[in-house]
Amino acid sequence: MQQTLEGSQAIAKTVALCRPHVVAAYPITPQTHIVENISKLVAEGQLDCELVSVESEFSAASVVLGASASGARAYTASSSQGILLMSEVLYNIAGLRLPLVLTCANRAVSAPLSIWNDHQDSMAVRDAGWIQLFCADNQEAVDTTIQAFYITEKTELPVMVCVDGFNLTHTLESIDVPEQELVDQYLPALQFSRALNASRPISMGTLVSPDYFTEARHSHHIALENSKHIIVEADERWQELTGRTCGGLLTVQGPEDARVGIISLGSTLGTLADAMEEYPESGPAKLISLRAFRPFPHLALAQACQGLSDVVVLERALSAGGGGIVANELRAALYGMSDSPRIHSYAAGLGGRDIPMDIYPRIMNAIKKEVPERFAIFDVELDKLDPADR
Amino acid sequence: MKSLLEIRIHGRGGQGNVVAAYLLASVAIEEGYYGQAFPSFGAERRGAPVVAFVRMSDVPVKRRCQVLHPSYLIVQDQALLQVPGVLQGLNENGRILVNSNRSSEDLQQQTGMQVLAMPAAQIAERFLGRPLPNTALVAAFLTLTGVCSLEALHKALAERFAGKILEKNLALIQEIPNQVPANQWEESIHAANT
Repeated sequence: MQQTLEGSQAIAKTVALCRPHVVAAYPITPQTHIVENISKLVAEGQLDCELVSVESEFSAASVVLGASASGARAYTASSSQGILLMSEVLYNIAGLRLPLVLTCANRAVSAPLSIWNDHQDSMAVRDAGWIQLFCADNQEAVDTTIQAFYITEKTELPVMVCVDGFNLTHTLESIDVPEQELVDQYLPALQFSRALNASRPISMGTLVSPDYFTEARHSHHIALENSKHIIVEADERWQELTGRTCGGLLTVQGPEDARVGIISLGSTLGTLADAMEEYPESGPAKLISLRAFRPFPHLALAQACQGLSDVVVLERALSAGGGGIVANELRAALYGMSDSPRIHSYAAGLGGRDIPMDIYPRIMNAIKKEVPERFAIFDVELDKLDPADR
Repeated sequence: MKSLLEIRIHGRGGQGNVVAAYLLASVAIEEGYYGQAFPSFGAERRGAPVVAFVRMSDVPVKRRCQVLHPSYLIVQDQALLQVPGVLQGLNENGRILVNSNRSSEDLQQQTGMQVLAMPAAQIAERFLGRPLPNTALVAAFLTLTGVCSLEALHKALAERFAGKILEKNLALIQEIPNQVPANQWEESIHAANT
């Protein structure tokens, strides 16, 4: 049913529709409203689940780890420092190959302290072995949350649903929150084959000697590679039921004959799409929105970049001293491709800096450079810095 | 409705700035348009200047950026008119609705812009028992522009509030057509963003 909601309210209602058995709650801006709204649903008797109010994010992650290991459908949410505090447990959840869903309401990481949006938090745990899916709008946040439970239970890999803090979590708009019957039809009851069971004892997370550690890592990596099919299948099944698609691994929009591509993650896409119409004199671009960052869709990206002369990667995070995280992975993915496009790497929208409409003409202008930008932060106001720091 | 109408609301922490924005977007959606509202938080404390953004449109709103060039400003505290950035980017034909006890002429002279002043906090004090200007300003904006009806605001309030608080707010919005001239800003809607 179409409802007028804040993104975080819609996500909370959606999580409830997925009938979780255990939710661990620890507040942090801008994620707070999600667990707050879930706890309201529990208090009002609308959701029958064990809501565990914990004392830190480390505990929140540990609670859902334990719950999932015991065969429960588990969910938690966090942001920024909360994700970092969880990071040790996030690696464990993934290494133990436990199915659960976490919403990361994306926010910048300290220092300097910032409560506002960028993608540094989920990027900081990109190597933990989770599936990471980005949402372009609040409808995708709802649809991806439901798909995430399907994906995690089918792959036995944890799924992080990345939703732009404030830009989506605090935006009120009309969102279709599906009916319970539809979600039940899509999402079968959880059957976790390795659930802890006293009558059939197993050990989890034991010491692994060098004889087996390498194989454990290999199997984990292969599981992530193989999850690409499940991510696509989950989205196709959802489309059959609702008519809506989130694009599987990535979406491409814009004119067929465009020679420029702009790759973004999350809610930047909508602004770029509107801006392309508002500034026709800047020329057309194919807008490529990366939905799956982990697993990284090498082939789908290479296909999307086929025939392009220039590709701009516009990302809300960076690896200081390294450059654009997605851009560097794209370079690796396109290496050796014949007629590979020129790749321009920019970070923008850091720590809540607005990505305005006119970024489109400015990007389209910037790529006319003779040598593509290896990496730069868009919109740096150098006069705010000491000359030595410029 | 004009294909895209952008509004920026300035207030202070505690004045219900975000609620005002959410109400306006809800009203637009209630009337069958597309609506979007979101806050730009500063330090979250009472009294600090805060900003929220609203978009209304008859086509889906894709952009997620801040409203840099609004057609309308709603200002919940007249002192904010002097804060740098508050008046920035207002469209040439843009209008400003201010909660103030001073006269519209007075504030027009001060800002050099088209301002309409309404003592929203004072009216709210009378109906709600608290000087919360947000609902009164939202009702005044709808009355002035005619962009959506007060009935839609009635519904949006009923979605958000209940009991005595709802009753008092509903009584308050009925008073607003006596305070500001209906449809005075109607033509500015057509001129907006052109």
